[in-house]
Amino acid sequence: MASSTQTGTGVKSDVIHLLRRTGYSARPDEVDAAVAIGYEATVQRLMAGLTQPAPSAEAVPVPKFTPYQRPAGAKGSAEVKQEKSQRAAEARQLVGWWLRRMVVSEQPFQEKLTFFWHGHFATAIQKVKLGAYMYGQNQVFRKLGLGPFETLVQAVGKDPAMLIWLDADQDKKGHPNENFARELMELFTLGIGKYSEADVQAGARCFTGWALDRQTGTFNFRANQHDDGTKTYLGRTGNLSGEDAIHLCCQNPATARHLAARLWSRFAAPISPADPIAADLAAAWAADQRGDTLVRAMLLHPRFRALDVRQGLVKQPVEWVIGALRSLKVGADTDVIQATATVLQALGQLPFNPPSVGGWPAEAGWLTTATQLSRLRYAQLLASKADLSALTGAAPAARPLAAARLLGVEAWDDQTTAALGRSSADPKAMMALALIAPQSVLA
Amino acid sequence: MPITRRQFVAGALGTGALAAAGGLTIGRSPIERLIGNSASPSSAGHSQIDPAKAVLVLVTMYGGNDGINMVVPASDGTYRSLRGPLALPEDKVLPLGDGLSLHPSLTGTKKLWDDKLLAVVRGVGYPNPIRSHFRSMDIWQTGVPDTASDTGWLGRWLDATGKDPLRAMSTTPTLPLLLLGQKASGAALLPGTGGVPVQGAVADAYRALFNPTGEDDLTGRVDEVGTDLLTVSATLDKALSSTPSLIPDGSAGPSLDNGTPDSGAGPKGSPTTKAANPAKDAKGKGAKSSGSLAGQMDTVARLIRAGLPTRVYSTTLGGFDTHANELATQGRLLSELDAGLTGLFAGLGNDPRGDQVVVVAYSEFGRRVAANSSGGTDHGTAAPVLVAGRPVQAGFHGEEPSLTNLDDGDLKANVDFRSIYGTLLAKVLGFDPAVSLGPTHPALLNFV
Repeated sequence: MASSTQTGTGVKSDVIHLLRRTGYSARPDEVDAAVAIGYEATVQRLMAGLTQPAPSAEAVPVPKFTPYQRPAGAKGSAEVKQEKSQRAAEARQLVGWWLRRMVVSEQPFQEKLTFFWHGHFATAIQKVKLGAYMYGQNQVFRKLGLGPFETLVQAVGKDPAMLIWLDADQDKKGHPNENFARELMELFTLGIGKYSEADVQAGARCFTGWALDRQTGTFNFRANQHDDGTKTYLGRTGNLSGEDAIHLCCQNPATARHLAARLWSRFAAPISPADPIAADLAAAWAADQRGDTLVRAMLLHPRFRALDVRQGLVKQPVEWVIGALRSLKVGADTDVIQATATVLQALGQLPFNPPSVGGWPAEAGWLTTATQLSRLRYAQLLASKADLSALTGAAPAARPLAAARLLGVEAWDDQTTAALGRSSADPKAMMALALIAPQSVLA
Repeated sequence: MPITRRQFVAGALGTGALAAAGGLTIGRSPIERLIGNSASPSSAGHSQIDPAKAVLVLVTMYGGNDGINMVVPASDGTYRSLRGPLALPEDKVLPLGDGLSLHPSLTGTKKLWDDKLLAVVRGVGYPNPIRSHFRSMDIWQTGVPDTASDTGWLGRWLDATGKDPLRAMSTTPTLPLLLLGQKASGAALLPGTGGVPVQGAVADAYRALFNPTGEDDLTGRVDEVGTDLLTVSATLDKALSSTPSLIPDGSAGPSLDNGTPDSGAGPKGSPTTKAANPAKDAKGKGAKSSGSLAGQMDTVARLIRAGLPTRVYSTTLGGFDTHANELATQGRLLSELDAGLTGLFAGLGNDPRGDQVVVVAYSEFGRRVAANSSGGTDHGTAAPVLVAGRPVQAGFHGEEPSLTNLDDGDLKANVDFRSIYGTLLAKVLGFDPAVSLGPTHPALLNFV
């Protein structure tokens, strides 16, 4: 597309980019406030906000979860069916709880970073089944995501949802189960190619005996199932425990670059751990290995604001719907949240239900004829519910610009401006198109 | 760093890379020897394939399907001792001959075998196997084993054969990597019909908004899918409303929607194991569990019968990562596979277009020969690939991997997966395999 407006210059352009990437949207009042204090000060304000209360989010009621009980009846019995539908209802409430927080929170960056960790340690309720465990894991990400990385990984390793998800619960000596041991290295810490198959097998032995006590819903170490023989893992030999294995993973230099690349790829633009940017972030992170240090280094990295970075990401479906909801202020009533969960299912990104431990895909895979139709329908729904007085109050020729300001888009290009102009007599239709324009679909 | 298709064809998979793969049986003469030795491919298929119009239907089984318990050496002593409680009962499996049997869930597939409609390519893998779901699935979907590629093996076919988005169709809402090209990509089946503005000021504005300008970036991609939606929606609405399902309601197999898939690995390229759900819309016909493989196949069969120009359909079945409780999980999933394979042919009925359909089912790897302590198996290497259809040369192809001559506990591959792709590209799609797989791709097989 031809571009009539030079983007990427000046503080306004920079802070709109920053707000879109760290929040879900850039509302006009937020943009004005950020312009007034400048980019670096806005970064400091966003970082400080990560530990500040978000009263509207805290006010979203947490669903009540039925505790675990042994299946009461036989397979297919009325009791089992009843339990299944109860679980399904709780899972829906859990999704609604998080979506509401994202919509109403005064600190949306908290939610975005929590979602980052959810994608990094991707765990799905489809297998875990219990909403309480998924909620508990979400709290782990919130409480520990900004602190020392090893503390987070040690906690995730013993988290009930993860114990079920990657079968650590079933890891016994003899023929240990390699599921958690492999994904710990491949996805959570070192990255692929930085360990051997022998490390996977030794790692599985380290984690033998790690289990879940179903009655209490807590981690339980079964000493009689632990292999306390000598293992050689990532170059270290000894009677290594699961905690030792996690420690060795977290201290491995490959981990810093892998984690930095994952973060940059979700918030800035896709890179591999070999990219110099990953090295820059890893160096900054090395001082204290804290999540907040890594996040700050990313936002202050000069490349974060580069022009090619601005056009280098497709919004994840959750980011797109939440951004639209926040911009249009249509609230978070039950019907809005239900419609949002439904479209997220169709778009392929329902929170708490990633397709695999690898998390969600990214970029061009989100752009298909099917997701295009789902976006169009949802955009039409939101446009019909939104207060469009900012558009209707403007002359038709000024409406495309008004829509840009409402949606936190710095500027449409000529093609979008012209296309929106063709529908400016019908503000609802124009807003629906504005929501699915390239400038709204790309991050 | 991802490489482009052009770089890939020019050098990444040159002779050196293939020579490095020499540990596998990929040279021309060994493959021909294998085929010569294989049990009994029938002398001819039921129909002659027409590479100008044949249709390929892919089933990607995510999570690493246990090939050893799908095509089972049930009476082999090594199998019984290494698998222990996971060894399938000899009196329950479905014998194929050659000491191999199908998993008890695959009753319909066994009928395909008996009717000489099924080829089993044994011991399929790639050089230097990697036991990561994600890397291994990327390798299978890109057709590039030794380096990262951002285009799929069929994405490169799409790149080279024009712009029509209907040439390839995914039943999942997000596209698997195999259908992503550098510029072109497949379409994704729509979530129901209608809803697209077709006339009036809004339709004009929509068309203007996404009018492609040929930009080779993400903005260009948004424009393309915006424009493609108009074509795809019009075509699908027409096809599905004029072509009812041949499968009675409720008989399209079980649904996973409310099931209990205990998988750590679903489709990577598609963020949900649920497929798009168009079946409900056409006159209330075919209102079956469309997320199931059988539901996906029912829609695929209707679209084939409707005469869509689509040459490739991509379907998925996830949940095969059976580190624990494998017997129940794989049994259920193979029932799904069975319902999907048989449902495709039932859905095609006697339509002559059915004579040109070849369906291929594969997974990113098989599983370790020995069971683990959780009633499951860990990630392995080679596995069989199933190929079915009327043009298929039925029987076994490729040599069964040894259960005793192992590579660190895993099977050694006898057939390079690219020889299957090359065969499909050349014989089903009428396309030069070298353009997708590089100039020195492994020799073709004769399963079609």
